[in-house]
Amino acid sequence: MSNMNVGKMNDLTRFLIFAVAILTMPIWMDPFGGNYPDLLQKFAIYGIFAIGFNILFGLTGYLSFGHAAFLGVGSYAAIWSFKLFTMNVIPALFFSVLFAGVLAFIIGQLSLRRTGIYFSILTLAFAQMFYSLAYSVLTPITNGETGLQLAHSDPRMIDSLFFEAGAGLPSTTLFGLKMSGYSGFYFCAVLLIVGFFVSMRIFRSPFGLMLKGIKSNQNRMMYTGLNTKPYMLTAFVISGMYAGLAGSLLAITDPIAGAERMQWTASGEVVLMTILGGVGTLAGPVIGAGLIKYFENIFSAFNDTVLAEIFSFLPEAMVDYAVTIAGLFVGSGWHLTLGLLFVVVVIFLPGGIVEGAGKLVKLVSKREKSTGGSVTQQDQPGE
Amino acid sequence: MNDLVLHLDNIQKNFGGLKALSDVNLQVEEGTTHAIIGPNGAGKSTLLNVCIGRLKPDAGHVTFDGQELTGRKPHEIAQMGVARVFQTPEIFPEMSLLENVMLPAFSKRDGAFNMNAHKLLSRQSEIRAEAEHILEDVGLQEQITQEAGSLSRGDKRRLELGMCLILRPRLLLLDEPTAGMSRHDTNRTIDLLKKIKSRGMTKVIIEHDMHVVFSLADKVSVLARGQIIAGGTPEEVREDPKVKEAYLGGAH
Ligand SMILES: Nc1ncnc2c1ncn2[C@@H]1O[C@H](COP(=O)(O)OP(=O)(O)OP(=O)(O)O)[C@@H](O)[C@H]1O
Ligand SMILES: [Mg+2]
Repeated sequence: MSNMNVGKMNDLTRFLIFAVAILTMPIWMDPFGGNYPDLLQKFAIYGIFAIGFNILFGLTGYLSFGHAAFLGVGSYAAIWSFKLFTMNVIPALFFSVLFAGVLAFIIGQLSLRRTGIYFSILTLAFAQMFYSLAYSVLTPITNGETGLQLAHSDPRMIDSLFFEAGAGLPSTTLFGLKMSGYSGFYFCAVLLIVGFFVSMRIFRSPFGLMLKGIKSNQNRMMYTGLNTKPYMLTAFVISGMYAGLAGSLLAITDPIAGAERMQWTASGEVVLMTILGGVGTLAGPVIGAGLIKYFENIFSAFNDTVLAEIFSFLPEAMVDYAVTIAGLFVGSGWHLTLGLLFVVVVIFLPGGIVEGAGKLVKLVSKREKSTGGSVTQQDQPGE
Repeated sequence: MNDLVLHLDNIQKNFGGLKALSDVNLQVEEGTTHAIIGPNGAGKSTLLNVCIGRLKPDAGHVTFDGQELTGRKPHEIAQMGVARVFQTPEIFPEMSLLENVMLPAFSKRDGAFNMNAHKLLSRQSEIRAEAEHILEDVGLQEQITQEAGSLSRGDKRRLELGMCLILRPRLLLLDEPTAGMSRHDTNRTIDLLKKIKSRGMTKVIIEHDMHVVFSLADKVSVLARGQIIAGGTPEEVREDPKVKEAYLGGAH
């Protein structure tokens, strides 16, 4: 019984540390040059996306390659809510999560007929289908290549009851509080913390145990009397709703939605985030998401002039070569760096960053133990 | 005569040209332990696969407690009260022993699907106590937080037995439950299975170890090349010349 209480304590501390770390991001990201609202918002939003993805992939082991579809649907739903009803973000969140959930239910039903690589391919195929549809048949809803945006002529039925439309485009609000800049970040951060809490509860629930059972041994599950399909489908829908929430927040902080949000590269990105941070760990996906968005931001900002400055210490003749080579890895070539980083992590740290850190801690505590220090090893399920 | 718990009626199963089971009839009475013996490749595991819905028979019917099992999904059959210990242990290797046994306990309590994501595992003290109790029964109480994958083969079997017992099935199917166990552990398992018998659980047990068969079985059926060639009490079967022949024939 006693170790149960310890387990609970750990979770509470873990949650508090997480919440504080997220809320103080503007402070500790400052020295890293990451303290500006746009980037902070992205950290929180993609953190939510990755946490939800991890509920499916981390717990059940089913690798979806089509979660960007839910992200996209979430964004479109939010913008339509702004256009049709109100600039208040609450209905937008509601519709985004709802539509993403419904879509996840349908895609899940169809994709979960298969397992392993076939499941991944099915999800990928569905997402690509939506991506193409957004450019073709669905253009009345998605506005095709231009992307869906707010317009002055939007009806905004609820808002128009209460106030006259201003001269410019209205901005998204939470009952009057503008959802851009730092207030936008804090809104996303609070939702990230809530999302983390929900995910933690799922990990620690009998339902979570069932999902782990599916990953571990589906045969045993069946012959134990458990119907794995509805468990899988529920996990799929929950993770789809997280993606819808993230998509909604993307639209809330920047009210435009383009179909490229649903492209397979976006689906692949969340896979990378989760694996980089640590599949099946609680905080790993958020760390992975943060790192990828951070480096994307840094590396894609580099251009040849900046590189030339960096390499100016080299002899004149070599600068050009150095710039050309390094140029492959930065700017629009940043995906190459991302690919390399991914390869390194998968080969040398198959459990991701969180597991790597865990190993390091264990190694250190073992050392201390053997030198006579009394270190109690903590049992940290799920981390 | 007691009620029939399991009734196999003219079961047939072919794998391509191979007749794995042909016209198999088997009747297992309530509360008894029914052993199935036979040489390697006789079709013993296939017989159990047909019972639990892993394989669909090409012909014939399986009835459990008077209800038709053929055509039902594996989880439905399990929920009706049929559990199985497999020849190669089917456990959750990445989970602790405690979780391995708690998981089936939820299946027993909450059914085939239950959206209990709002509950905390650590608050399920009843299920936990039950799981600890079962682990004690199978002799694994000292390592409940250990990862199941790291157990020896014999211990994995005992764990799997515990995972089945916590389901409190009406019918327990055991596919060579003592294979890979030391003599000491085999005897412990025999004692445990005897104890369950006194609780009225019906068992079908596949076993090569005659010591186990004679300690536990009320009835024995002999399967060879997909057919039941003999049946009766252990003593009757032992004296049957056909059985001796089948075992010698199977060895060549
Ligand atoms: N799924 C399958 N597909 C094809 N052939 C199979 C399949 N399962 C079993 N067989 C074949 O059917 C025959 C009976 O197999 P089964 O596993 O039932 O034997 P067994 O009596 O359990 O043997 P053992 O004592 O070795 O466990 C064997 O020849 C086996 O190769
Ligand atoms: Mg067998």
